[in-house]
Amino acid sequence: MKKQLICIICPRGCTLTAESGNGIKVSGNACPKGEKYAIDELTNPLRTVTSTVRVKNMPLTMVSVKTKDPIPKDKMAEAMKIIRATEVNAPIKIGDVIIKDVFGTDIIATKEINL
Amino acid sequence: MDIKNFDIVVVGGGPAGMAAAVAAYDSGITSVAIIDREPSLGGILRQCIHNGFGLHKLGKELTGPEYAAVYETEVAKRSIMVYYETMVTSVSADKTVTATNKNGILKIKAKAVILAMGCRERSRGALNISGTRPAGIYSAGTAQKLMNCEGFAVGKTAVILGSGDIGLIMARRMSLEGAKVEAVCELMPYSGGLTRNIVQCLEDFDIPLYLSTTVAEIHGKDRIEGVTIAKVDENRNIIEETKRYIPCDTLLLSVGLIPENELTMGAGITMDNVTNGAVVDQYRQTEQSGIFACGNVLQVHDLVDYVSDEAEIAGKSAAKYVKNQLEAGNTVKTVAGNGVRYVLPQKVDIKSSEDVSLFMRVTAPFGKVRFTAKSGDTLLATAVRLKAAPGEMEKITIKAEKLREITTEITLSLEEL
Amino acid sequence: MYDVAIIGGGVIGSMLARQLSKYSLKICVLEKENDIAMGASKANSGIVHGGFDPEPNTLKARLNTVGVEKLFAVAKELNAPIKRNGSIVCAFGEDEEHAIKELYNRGIKNNIPGMELLSGDEARKLEPALSDKVTLVLRATNAGIICPYELTIAAMGNAMDNGAELIRCFKVETIEKADDCFTITSQKGKTVKAKYIANCAGAYSDEISALAGDNSFKIIPRAGEYMLLDKAAGSLVSHTIFQVPSKEGKGILVSPTVDGNLLTGPTAGVVNSPSNTETTAQGLKIVERLAKKSVPSVNFRQVITSFSGVRSSEKNGDFIIKMSDVTKNLLNVAAIDSPGLTCSVAIADYAIEALEKSGLKLTPKANYNPNRPDPHHFRKMTDDEKDAFIKKNPDYGRIICRCEGVSEGEIRAAVTTNPKALDIDSVKRRTRSGMGRCQGGFCMPYVMQIISEETGIPMEEITKKGEGSNQLIGRI
Repeated sequence: MKKQLICIICPRGCTLTAESGNGIKVSGNACPKGEKYAIDELTNPLRTVTSTVRVKNMPLTMVSVKTKDPIPKDKMAEAMKIIRATEVNAPIKIGDVIIKDVFGTDIIATKEINL
Repeated sequence: MDIKNFDIVVVGGGPAGMAAAVAAYDSGITSVAIIDREPSLGGILRQCIHNGFGLHKLGKELTGPEYAAVYETEVAKRSIMVYYETMVTSVSADKTVTATNKNGILKIKAKAVILAMGCRERSRGALNISGTRPAGIYSAGTAQKLMNCEGFAVGKTAVILGSGDIGLIMARRMSLEGAKVEAVCELMPYSGGLTRNIVQCLEDFDIPLYLSTTVAEIHGKDRIEGVTIAKVDENRNIIEETKRYIPCDTLLLSVGLIPENELTMGAGITMDNVTNGAVVDQYRQTEQSGIFACGNVLQVHDLVDYVSDEAEIAGKSAAKYVKNQLEAGNTVKTVAGNGVRYVLPQKVDIKSSEDVSLFMRVTAPFGKVRFTAKSGDTLLATAVRLKAAPGEMEKITIKAEKLREITTEITLSLEEL
Repeated sequence: MYDVAIIGGGVIGSMLARQLSKYSLKICVLEKENDIAMGASKANSGIVHGGFDPEPNTLKARLNTVGVEKLFAVAKELNAPIKRNGSIVCAFGEDEEHAIKELYNRGIKNNIPGMELLSGDEARKLEPALSDKVTLVLRATNAGIICPYELTIAAMGNAMDNGAELIRCFKVETIEKADDCFTITSQKGKTVKAKYIANCAGAYSDEISALAGDNSFKIIPRAGEYMLLDKAAGSLVSHTIFQVPSKEGKGILVSPTVDGNLLTGPTAGVVNSPSNTETTAQGLKIVERLAKKSVPSVNFRQVITSFSGVRSSEKNGDFIIKMSDVTKNLLNVAAIDSPGLTCSVAIADYAIEALEKSGLKLTPKANYNPNRPDPHHFRKMTDDEKDAFIKKNPDYGRIICRCEGVSEGEIRAAVTTNPKALDIDSVKRRTRSGMGRCQGGFCMPYVMQIISEETGIPMEEITKKGEGSNQLIGRI
């Protein structure tokens, strides 16, 4: 199977061709990072999910959050369900764990919210 | 009326203003004030909750609020005065900054001023799309603020006009929150956004990107009910027979950013018609001596990392100016040559003892190209790129010793390889 | 029971309410929208016409001649900005020169002061941006510019301060008459009883008249499309620049506005419905082409918004201001197209005469206050005035709309003073917040918050312009 994809590791944006068969053969990459990117995208694509969580004790306030490490791309929707069902109380510091163990990582705060 | 004196006043506390203030302070000027209209620093980064910030500058991938917090911490470590919820209403050529807050009118007499007001989004009105004027039409950044900072949903079914980065980011954001993004339409034959955003914001969510396509008409009396989209020809005129209707309750506009230069123009500073920012030299000093500019108010950047870099140059230069160490040297103009839309700085002091980096944007997408900087027949610098696109700023650096060979204006051009 | 129910909160209905509020009468204004000035009153040229254009001996001619000075006087009482910038009608070549001279003679017959004929070169000395193809102009020094919705809001505010009631979201569905009393019922089932009806329903005035039993006239809705340019273009011309009028209207004008922008338009197309205020690509192109004919240097890249308004014409071409021949105590104030804004005070006074003649008793009110308080537009103050003002009311120190320099205090005042602004566009018309070059991109969320705080309306229910135009669909 042949698949074309654009490398997003740097702004250069190489057009990569990945051929799967006996292992994955990558061409079109200008550096080794491109090869790794293509293999990851075909075998186990990962994404960092960023979103917001409502701050219960402050009106009209959201705290921004992210997955501490990237999670499998096909789990993004499920992760969002968990994030959307969550509320949290201020004060919050950057890096505070908001939700534990979501697809192998934590959801952490990316903004400081003071009362 | 409150009258204050500071050596350096920075107008705007976003990424540019914070980095400029910190750099000025670290260059030995301790009387520094930042004026910002919001109750906290960070500017637009506070609503940019997505990641991808800081890779170049800080060597790690951060979200917007995290990137802002890095600089906020640096500001807090120094005794830099911050005026919050204060709106600057004028900057005069003699470097008096007038501002308004709930205590009254504040006038600051400064030895140097750094303009870091950022940019704003182009509005629907500026596009002159015909049809009705219903609710549900947002500039992408306004929708972003309502969603990310206040937690409101702006719509269920959206069309996005413009494939700028904010539009792409909002396509993903709305999809993640359960809305359906029907299409992203781009007037140009190529996207103005970063490749990674096209992949991770559109392809991941199966959102179609229609190039050479625009919104021709807006429908719906009270709330928007749909749009007519259409292909455009090479002169960007609508091709009637390609018109088609897409129902939607939201139209997001991501059709370009305009540097927020009302204060700059009010100070009588010479502007560049292409960048819509001030004309500056490599110190980021405008033609009004002692007034500097950096960040998106000077030129619209695609990466915040480069905003911080540029702001540091402005901050250091303003400090030198206050210490009387910034010589108004012998300058030549820079000129955008073949394939180059603009060059910044627009002037170069050729007596400088430091290397000078020239930033530019290309006029259209290219494959492999060579950039050259020439002064007359003298080759000053050259750089090869495998790809060049208008959405991505390019940089070429002229070594200090090469500056001595400059006799006339510097032309930056590209040739396709 | 009201003495007079005015149907329609446009400039005519509002001005009539204001002039009637001088007397001891119980008055209400029934408005179908969430705010007043929602029809032609918010989307017209904003011109105080000199008065040379109407055919002599028409109602239009008569009311225009007296109306200009009446409007200047009332605008001053109401603190509504008005400016006497003068107007110029341009002739391009011999045929049109003939028409210009005709207009001049008409002006003499209409008793218009301050007119002069100038050669193209003389005109270009006054207006350097004028096309070099202009050969002759008629200048009217008595003409001016005014903000039509600000005038409407000020008039209604003053009427309400003097006791008139504004009933919003009242779309008249039926009108019944029994024993000298009208019962007016809205679409939502509310009723209002009144001895007299003043029908000021603009483009819908024929429908209202018919509901009350009088089918004697038919409104022809005529749409006019405009483009408004940034303040950077506002001083391109100082006079209002007209072209030679045609049957459909006064042609495309180029004019400064009292707020400092440049206005171009209107087109003049008959539309299928009075509610059709869509702009069209074709219409906007016509505006651009014809505006450039008079003033070639108009830069249409400076457009900040475009809009369309529907004027109410009638086949006889004159205003209809009279008691109905069919339905007793029904006053029709209809077919008020140009120069209706100019004549608004004169129309109101003329209408009141008609009411009095038909038996309405007018007893002057002792405590009538003709003045509307200064709305304290922050942007118009000096730094010292601003400072003193903020010290008294800190809300004025927070600028919400950076493009137009509008403070939080002004927005709170707009939401809490007569006639209260209850949606985003209503705040915009009162304060100019969102009317600048970014068109609300920055201030809109703040404006919504302030409306919500002052009125208790939840954010999700705040609308752009009344029912159905919610900006937000809920929480994420």
